[in-house]
Amino acid sequence: MTDLDALARRLRESLGSGQVITDRQELRTYECDGLAHYRVVPAIVALPHTAEQVATVVRACADAKVPFVARGSGTGLSGGALPHADGVLIVTAQMRRILDVVPEDERAVVEPGVINLQVTRAASPHGYYYAPDPSSQQICSIGGNVAENSGGAHCLKYGFTTNHVTGLQFVAPDGELVRVGGRAEDPPGYDLLGAFVGSEGTLGIATEVTVRLTRLPESVRTLLAAFHGVDAAGAATSAIIAAGVVPAAVEMMDALAIEAAEAAVACGYPPGAGAVLIVELDGPAAEVEAQFEEVTALCEESGAFEIRIAADDAERALFWKGRKSAFAAVGRISPDYIVQDGVIPRTALPSVLRKIDEVAAENGVRVANVFHAGDGNLHPLVLFDDGVPGEAERAETTSGAIIDLCIEYGGSITGEHGVGADKAKYMPRMFGDDDLDTMQLLRCAFDPDGLANPGKIFPTPRLCGERPGRHRAAEDEDRFPGVEVF
Amino acid sequence: MGALDELTRPAADGDHVGGVPARLVASPGSTAEAAALIAAARELTVVIRGAGTKVHWGPPPRALDLIIDTRRLAGIVEHAAGDLITVVRAGTPLADLSLGDQQLVLDGPAGATVGGTVAANTSGPLRLRYGTVRDLLIGITVVRPDGKVARSGGKVVKNVAGYDLGKLFTGSYGTLGLITECAFRLHPVAAARVYVRAAAPASVVAAVLSAQVVPSAIELDSATGEVAVLLEGTPAGVRDRASVVEKLIGGELSEQAPAWWGVPPWHPDGIGMKLSVPKSRVPALAESGFPVRGSAGTGVLYAAPRDITEVERLRALCVRNAGHAVVLTAPPPVRDILDMWGPVPGLALMRRIKDQFDPGRRFAPGRFVGGI
Ligand SMILES: Cc1cc2nc3c(=O)[nH]c(=O)nc-3n(C[C@H](O)[C@H](O)[C@H](O)COP(=O)(O)OP(=O)(O)OC[C@H]3O[C@@H](n4cnc5c(N)ncnc54)[C@H](O)[C@@H]3O)c2cc1C
Repeated sequence: MTDLDALARRLRESLGSGQVITDRQELRTYECDGLAHYRVVPAIVALPHTAEQVATVVRACADAKVPFVARGSGTGLSGGALPHADGVLIVTAQMRRILDVVPEDERAVVEPGVINLQVTRAASPHGYYYAPDPSSQQICSIGGNVAENSGGAHCLKYGFTTNHVTGLQFVAPDGELVRVGGRAEDPPGYDLLGAFVGSEGTLGIATEVTVRLTRLPESVRTLLAAFHGVDAAGAATSAIIAAGVVPAAVEMMDALAIEAAEAAVACGYPPGAGAVLIVELDGPAAEVEAQFEEVTALCEESGAFEIRIAADDAERALFWKGRKSAFAAVGRISPDYIVQDGVIPRTALPSVLRKIDEVAAENGVRVANVFHAGDGNLHPLVLFDDGVPGEAERAETTSGAIIDLCIEYGGSITGEHGVGADKAKYMPRMFGDDDLDTMQLLRCAFDPDGLANPGKIFPTPRLCGERPGRHRAAEDEDRFPGVEVF
Repeated sequence: MGALDELTRPAADGDHVGGVPARLVASPGSTAEAAALIAAARELTVVIRGAGTKVHWGPPPRALDLIIDTRRLAGIVEHAAGDLITVVRAGTPLADLSLGDQQLVLDGPAGATVGGTVAANTSGPLRLRYGTVRDLLIGITVVRPDGKVARSGGKVVKNVAGYDLGKLFTGSYGTLGLITECAFRLHPVAAARVYVRAAAPASVVAAVLSAQVVPSAIELDSATGEVAVLLEGTPAGVRDRASVVEKLIGGELSEQAPAWWGVPPWHPDGIGMKLSVPKSRVPALAESGFPVRGSAGTGVLYAAPRDITEVERLRALCVRNAGHAVVLTAPPPVRDILDMWGPVPGLALMRRIKDQFDPGRRFAPGRFVGGI
């Protein structure tokens, strides 16, 4: 019997056989997350029902020195939940209870497998909602959100997951259940919670999350402004921010993204638009009214040729439909595409977009741009046809060049999708050896044996307790044994 | 030790921390100078000092050779107004930041430097709307206890590349290394602001929170029985919301904050405590008979207990109400027999973090939770 067989048996004994999968065919269901071109079949899948069961699985892994990877809904776009071929994939899909909704404390307590939108559904009868709203909110889990520090269109005003989590129970990589924070703010000691959020499953597994609930706004107003090009739309964004307005969201799409959205969902954006801006304001009615007029005027001054104002919720939903479906929509105009996620200072938007155009032209591929314009978070969609020899490589080159542009302009290699398996190789371009080494001191404190989601975030693991070496981007095959890259 | 002689000077009379005198003082003027200093000081125990407003908070250090004074690490490195961010050196007094029609919303106790505010994680009334250091800090540069310089985060608000070391250094009380530079998210200064001040019970706080008035701060001072609400925004919007709040809590509109607004309730030589409870439990603290003051809208209040018995009773009260309580400052006789930090969940992991960053336990030894 191999070590893994023994581990599987131990897990079956403590969890029950229905909660442990070792059948090759069934395991295949879990071979990838939303980044489907990286695939690894895990050795074992465990489906715990409680925090104690998660702790049991992790302790068994720690005893056997077997790596483990957490998985929520598997919608991640950076391969964060890519399994380990000789490891256990711990899936939180059976942990979907909303444990408490406490509007008087503006908090909810949920299990990690709970779907993002369900928190808002549970809170809204009380006049509250859960603010972080990734476009995947109908399917992604709170545990995944915590691990990725996920954001969404409305994070411009309301912040990211990290600003909305006040308490956490997690299983540390040695199997210990740890509780930090709760319904009260500012727990004493190091901010373990702050360190854990965004750590992509490398510091342990979240088993219970206390989140902030935000009062539903009294008024929401949304406009759709059409411009001849992205420069004018970018100028309008800058003008709005410069005027001291903090909109709930400012989203932009360029001509190619609009074309795709029209083809997919017939959102009916103004014909002939080279770029559209969706601007949403929310808050107290009087405040929103005053600022909405200002924003409308600023869009006009910046060259908007048509401005539509949503008359009701149905029309607002239609404005958003085009934007929210944009990723999938490009499938209508291109057989294959890469979703990129990078950040630039908002003010650099026009020049970076021009450079993206140049890079795309040089490589003979098209790039559709969809982005959170308010906070400079770009989602370029690099379109290609895998059937055309060499095109996939040229798309990959373009996508990488866009990341280099983000770094060159003082931005980041990822704004919300995370580093995961996909971007570990870019980390040394954004951070120096000592920076990465220092981050890994934290990892060594939590996980000296490197069992929690190994190979993610950091291109080269630090040997805990030893002197740092140089960080080089290792080949994927070295970091992910058994990986198939499609 | 040649390098060390050039980089330090002998300590003077005032150069002590909680009564423990230092031997040497150094005032590096850049991250590079600080790194050279710390690399040369690898055998020494170190406490970092900004403006000194909170340097005596917490237990005294177990040992102290060198005080690193951050005040020459001063000035704004960058203010990108269009991007609503700034990068500042850690020794810069918060009061010196002039950012035009933008602001760094950190309104903790007066006189503090940027680095001291981050390291002690202090906050003020505006935390209700804008959050605290952890919500505003987007990038950090630190010098590790071994002299290595490390950066995390960056200059853009939205960024999930790598671990967020800024969170770890926030509230770390100088135990993990020296903070030399911080990047922050800024907010526009509101066009209009007004306070609604009333003599009212703590129970009105819940009504203000659930009304549609988006308060920037809800402060309470149980000694005077006053509640004050700050509203910010457009002139028309503020007028509108102020009248709603007036109806809810009574009282009157004022351009001026009450005298106690954002002022710690303790005497400089007395005991100062920070209490934190879920929002709905604020009335339980306010009506406990102990005078409390602070951010009623977030459940973070401050108290000035007179003796250890009162400290223990306040702490027990917070724990009973699903919260916690920390003694920030206390005179030596009290401090020396008191567990200032109280029970700390996650302590074992915290010790392991300290061991990784500062294996020699030289930075602010003994000053933090669990004797870290
Ligand atoms: C169409 C589409 C749109 C998207 N839009 C957005 C967007 O707007 N904003 C955004 O930020 N993201 C977006 N994403 C990315 C993705 O939805 C988020 O990263 C999400 O948070 C992942 O949640 P999940 O439950 O699917 O996590 P998974 O993909 O299962 O896992 C993600 C990471 O979290 C770890 N993990 C999962 N559960 C836990 C746990 N309990 N404890 C510790 N670690 C855990 C995994 O190991 C992995 O590293 C989008 C994805 C898709 C497919």
